[in-house]
Amino acid sequence: MENDSNSLAQRAARGDADAYRVLLERHYDLMFRVAYRTLGNRSDSEDLVQEVCVALPKKLASFRGDSRFESWLYTIVVNAGRDLMRKRGARARAADGWGDVEIMHRQAAVEKTENLNWLTRAMSRLSPELRETVALVLGEEMTHAAAAKVLGLSEGSVSWRMSEVKKELRLMAKEQEMLE
Amino acid sequence: MTDDLDKLAALLRDDMPAPSDAAKRAAISAGMAAFEKNSEKFQGTAPDVRPIHNRSDLGRGFMEGLKAMFNKLTGRQMMLGTASLATIAFAVVMIQNTKPPHTGPRSPIIEQTDPTPEPFDPTANVPTQGDLGPQDSEMGYVPRPEPDPEVNSGPAVLAVPQEGGESAANVDLTPASPAPTGKADDAAGSGQGAAVLAEDMADTPVPAAPPASVVTQAPQAERSRNLDGAVLGGVIGQVDAAAGAVAPYESPITDTEVYQPPVEGGHDQFAGEAVSPLKVTQVEPVSTFSIDVDTASYAFVRRSLLNGYLPDPAAVRTEEMINYFNYDYATPQSDEAPFAPQASVFPTPWNPDTLLMHIGIQGYDIPASERPPVNLVFLIDTSGSMNDPQKLPLLIQSFRLLLGELNDHDQVAIVTYAGSAGVVLEPTPATEVRKILNSLMRLGAGGSTAGQAGLQQAYALAEEMADDGDTSRVILATDGDFNVGISDRGELQKYIEAKRETGVYLSILGFGQGNYNDALMQTLAQNGNGTAAYIDTLAEAQKVLVDQIGGALFTIAQDVKIQVEFNPAEVAEYRLIGYETRALNREDFNNDSVDAGDIGAGTQVTAIYEITPVGSAAISVDPLRYGNADPLPEGNGELAFLKLRYKNPGESTSNLITTPVRYDPDVTPDSEALFSVAVAGFGQLLRDDTRLGDWGFADVLEMAQANKGDDPFGYRSEFIRLVRLAETAQ
Repeated sequence: MENDSNSLAQRAARGDADAYRVLLERHYDLMFRVAYRTLGNRSDSEDLVQEVCVALPKKLASFRGDSRFESWLYTIVVNAGRDLMRKRGARARAADGWGDVEIMHRQAAVEKTENLNWLTRAMSRLSPELRETVALVLGEEMTHAAAAKVLGLSEGSVSWRMSEVKKELRLMAKEQEMLE
Repeated sequence: MTDDLDKLAALLRDDMPAPSDAAKRAAISAGMAAFEKNSEKFQGTAPDVRPIHNRSDLGRGFMEGLKAMFNKLTGRQMMLGTASLATIAFAVVMIQNTKPPHTGPRSPIIEQTDPTPEPFDPTANVPTQGDLGPQDSEMGYVPRPEPDPEVNSGPAVLAVPQEGGESAANVDLTPASPAPTGKADDAAGSGQGAAVLAEDMADTPVPAAPPASVVTQAPQAERSRNLDGAVLGGVIGQVDAAAGAVAPYESPITDTEVYQPPVEGGHDQFAGEAVSPLKVTQVEPVSTFSIDVDTASYAFVRRSLLNGYLPDPAAVRTEEMINYFNYDYATPQSDEAPFAPQASVFPTPWNPDTLLMHIGIQGYDIPASERPPVNLVFLIDTSGSMNDPQKLPLLIQSFRLLLGELNDHDQVAIVTYAGSAGVVLEPTPATEVRKILNSLMRLGAGGSTAGQAGLQQAYALAEEMADDGDTSRVILATDGDFNVGISDRGELQKYIEAKRETGVYLSILGFGQGNYNDALMQTLAQNGNGTAAYIDTLAEAQKVLVDQIGGALFTIAQDVKIQVEFNPAEVAEYRLIGYETRALNREDFNNDSVDAGDIGAGTQVTAIYEITPVGSAAISVDPLRYGNADPLPEGNGELAFLKLRYKNPGESTSNLITTPVRYDPDVTPDSEALFSVAVAGFGQLLRDDTRLGDWGFADVLEMAQANKGDDPFGYRSEFIRLVRLAETAQ
């Protein structure tokens, strides 16, 4: 039997429930990672991934094996994350995950370990666009080119975004110095 | 600053909370519920379309690497590709509408009780009436089994040779002698569906299940630039729509899981056939075969040698090596007779006691101004196995060369097939090069190979494009795997045979190293009236698609068969060099329904027999004690009678050309013929044919150099280089 993800996806697209189950089991963690790094909190991420699991059967019909299933799936998750943030952005920007932490940080209401502090501060400074890019390039260790494919951007745009991330981190370090 | 990024990356990974099991289970069950709901619409149709086999599981990680390399090469870079490393195989199969059904299938051969296939196992030899096997076993193979006394002492065994035609003619087909690789696969020749099928079953590698850790290794490998979402989406959409339109295949192909293509890496499959055995003229005076204008084998041999190793002997088909070269034979002036056969006889370089009978056929060329319009449907395999900079980019470059040869009367369309099939380019005038090339460059590889759907769609499109007087041709580009849909070579063969009658020609381009399915290509080519050429460089593409465009696109004679009747008074023994996969039954010669090879415009075909004259010291078979009562008739100087049958394109009745062949020791052989002999010798050496004695590569080299001629395109010089490589590769 063929068990690579592309085959499974194609079988699932043709109605093979077992194949679909294996596909979900195998990729849940991947989806969760991307969701978590983009959204910054567990519950939103779990919800998002569940939504993706529910929406996937219909979308599978459009998966034709022209690319790797994982690449395709990254795109689905990233897009779902964008949708979610867009909806929330309309309601309250503060509701998104890393942003919550940032607010808490500003209020000095929460003291975490220094590193986690740094991480949350860093991530919360980044726009959702930069975060999804970081989630793929740093979190999933993708090349700029691969991330670009998932995000629907040119490779140059991803590189530019990563340089923006660096700039933001540098800025953050400077501010930190001034504070201390 | 990089430190900051590293820190961020490290912390992101450290901070990654493990997903909760509960959430995971909830998500999955929600997903499954949605799946069940969604899949209701599939019920009843799923089993038919379900692709059983994707390919290359074992090599998945490796494939991703290749894919990454390839994807990086899209766009302009692709066109500048890495031709020198690349390998393509090219086969042209022609299909003609007026051909009657193939009523003389060759498969019955293998069902005969004639025990000739057993020469290798003397103990298993059960002599029966009409048994010609023992003699054949004596002379046909090396190592030769001891003569079977039981047979020699049994007078009833001796059938009258002239009536033994049927079984005798079978002899050269049936021996299931070990193909040199030990791959019994294809030993019976791809013209014989049942045998091939059966052997395929036996030779089915079953890849193990892949590791489940695909995900983690993949991201680094994934590089793509120009295949942005929009383009991908567009392509997918078209594919989707088109796949739905595929008409059901007349002869349902069973999803037998029989034909499992090999994984990447050194799993090329060859139609390795035993070397044509020596025949005794008295026993079997008539030799019949179909011409073979394929050249695939030569390019494969070249690739091996350029890589520094001797080719797999099973990959060597001597006649294809010979026919790779252009020879300056006399050209017919008009199309009244499409070709002129010439026969000459001269001493054998590797044996002073035998002669070579050289048959050269030159097809006339169609001037570019007179050629009919062509409609080409490129049927391109974009499955994962094509995802290799040596395959798809070279293919695209090759097609680009081909487009340069077409004019505004010609039309081009593109169909791709991978996990599914779809039209990528609707019929377009060949002069809209930019549009066609853009479509080609958008192709990305991935998925398994849905050959069946692709073929159906391409044929449908080609039939749609055909106008009166046009030549319609599907050019199938693949590495030889049809692992979804047509998974069974016998069925594929039937399909191709059926389509032969629709008036649409089929050309097959096979690609690449490690996965190239030569055996399948042979099946397709031979059953679809085609030729096979293996293109391993852009230069090869140029040879096939530019220099020999006429031959590739225009058929001037179909079902060309050669029958040679040797005169037992002059010729004691003979053997045909090469053409092992092309042997025909004696009675097939006059049976117009039996398919044979076609000749393209401007191409040459060469066949060489080594013959042992009566009285020669080289006779290897002792005369029989019994059954040889009639003394030999007086020789009349005629060594043989050459008969050649062909059909004009589209006609169903064959024409006959005959000519007696004599030997005149005073006539020096022309250097064109001698060069072909050098190639023949080289092919035999590569096949480990021991009949050449101590004649070796150095002799090939000398002979080739002496007869190189003008060699305007350098093909013969290249041959000479290959011979030198073979010397050192030993």
